[in-house]
Amino acid sequence: MKKPIISVKNLVAKYGEETILENVSVDIYPHEVTVILGGSGCGKTTFIKNILKLYQPFSGSVKIFGKEVTSMDEQEFNDILSKIGILFQNGALLNSLSIFDNAAIPLEQHTKLPNNVIEKMIKVKLDLVNLGYAIHMLPSELSGGMKKRAALARAIALDPDILICDEPSAGLDPLTSASLDELILKLKDLLNMTIVIVTHELASIHRIADRIVFLDNGRLLFSGTLEEAKKTDIPEVKTFFEVGKF
Amino acid sequence: MEYKTRSLFFDGEITKHTVPALNDEFSRYSGQTISTLDLQHVTKIDSAGIAFIDEMLLQLELNSIDSLSMNQMVKTAYNTFTSAKLKPIKTKKKLDFFTHLGSGFINFLKSIKDGTYLVADIFYWSFVGIFDKRGQRKGSVIQQALFIGVDAFGIIALLSMILGLIIALQSAAQLRQFGANIFVADLMAVSMVTEMGPMLTAIILAGRSGSSIASEIATMQVTEEIDALKMMAINPIKYIVVPKFHAITICIPLLVTASTLIGIFGGLIIAVTYLDLSVTVFVNRVFEILTLRDALIGLGKSYFFAWVIVIIGSYYGFNVKGGAEGVGKVTTQAVVASIFWVIILDAINSLIFYF
Repeated sequence: MKKPIISVKNLVAKYGEETILENVSVDIYPHEVTVILGGSGCGKTTFIKNILKLYQPFSGSVKIFGKEVTSMDEQEFNDILSKIGILFQNGALLNSLSIFDNAAIPLEQHTKLPNNVIEKMIKVKLDLVNLGYAIHMLPSELSGGMKKRAALARAIALDPDILICDEPSAGLDPLTSASLDELILKLKDLLNMTIVIVTHELASIHRIADRIVFLDNGRLLFSGTLEEAKKTDIPEVKTFFEVGKF
Repeated sequence: MEYKTRSLFFDGEITKHTVPALNDEFSRYSGQTISTLDLQHVTKIDSAGIAFIDEMLLQLELNSIDSLSMNQMVKTAYNTFTSAKLKPIKTKKKLDFFTHLGSGFINFLKSIKDGTYLVADIFYWSFVGIFDKRGQRKGSVIQQALFIGVDAFGIIALLSMILGLIIALQSAAQLRQFGANIFVADLMAVSMVTEMGPMLTAIILAGRSGSSIASEIATMQVTEEIDALKMMAINPIKYIVVPKFHAITICIPLLVTASTLIGIFGGLIIAVTYLDLSVTVFVNRVFEILTLRDALIGLGKSYFFAWVIVIIGSYYGFNVKGGAEGVGKVTTQAVVASIFWVIILDAINSLIFYF
């Protein structure tokens, strides 16, 4: 049995008095693509943000690379974060910076690499996401799909061990969405990454998922491989895989 | 890293953690003749390592892959991350001086044209909007009047009082020397009514309401809310700008009057406490020296100040470029331009009525 790279135990998350996640326990294994599924408002993004300490968990344990992060100090957690790439739902590129400068931020801030090496790395990463021609463009000059790809280039700038993507296909047409999936799979093989993806897209799940985590109203409904998910008798999961809707 | 017979030998890791040290070490071999890089014994390499190798090949003027001796793992990483295979990037052609000058002039003319259309649109819809309330949100004028007028009253009152005290105090020291204490009333009345009241109010409104108008409209533009209004057949000027225009038109005479009276009251405090004038003498003198013409000029120009603040805020808001940064930029530009034009209008007003 593989050792999980991220291990979440009995995670409880609250907004004020409202409980968003209730005793969620999930293991994410290395070099796999784990898809977090669930209806709108079920707590998928909250789950990711609690793992990343963007929100402080109310209770429970989150271990990344075997280390408990909930009680970790900022400096120690920053070291963990430098091994994680994050693709936000809307890209979250800094609008005042060019695509090149956006992608270079992690390298400039977290490494002591010489500038010419950084420049080469960024050009290669932007070429990998097919944006080699757009390096001097500003985010406002890019389409939605291009922004996502630029954000992906920034997320993989440090060759992270873990890549977390929050709804990478949201708002994209099926072709762009499929090409983004292919790109993520290619990067997974190239960089030997562990990938966690929040998505609703059934086609995308079939293409990329190794493992499924299904959340419903803040509770864990199912966790297992894609094959197990397709065969399960849990009504919500079954309906989703049959109809493609929640 | 080790140098032996025109070759550099690498072992262990070449990653983002080791590259800075390797780069320093490599610079020590800059005088040596190197024809091959041996990477057979490298145990781990990442994209930073490959970029470093590319950089070494470039500096040594070697023919990339032919000059490398590498194991399978390095070969796979090299094929993925080398920058040698990248197509050259087309850079934008820089404009020459005259093209730059010409395009700047064309942009200036365009901004004048856009500004003129906007001013015409705002005045037209503001006039029509008095009689036809369709396309405006219910209660929006009152809501805007509360923000532009009521919420700004406190700061305008406080600053007017302080300004009145300062002007009176500084002039009192001079006037006292000549036994001309009574003229502090003349000074306060004329300066506050014709200049300080309208100007102070306009500058505070430019900073407060001008920035808010520009940022609100710019944010709506960036988030496509303006397009959404257009697609609902709602005129964005009538829906967003007209209520602000009406509200500021209602509020500005009230704010200027309040500012003027409070400023004069500040002067009165100094006159009574420092110059030993009585309240009756001061007030009588104020009414004696002030003419209706002064009061109308002061109030009249304040309308132009107010309208210029709304028009400039709207102009910059509608012409925002980019995202969050663009919003910040136009907000600053709107405030600076509003204050600039308020002062220019004031100068024009002075030339017309007092030259």
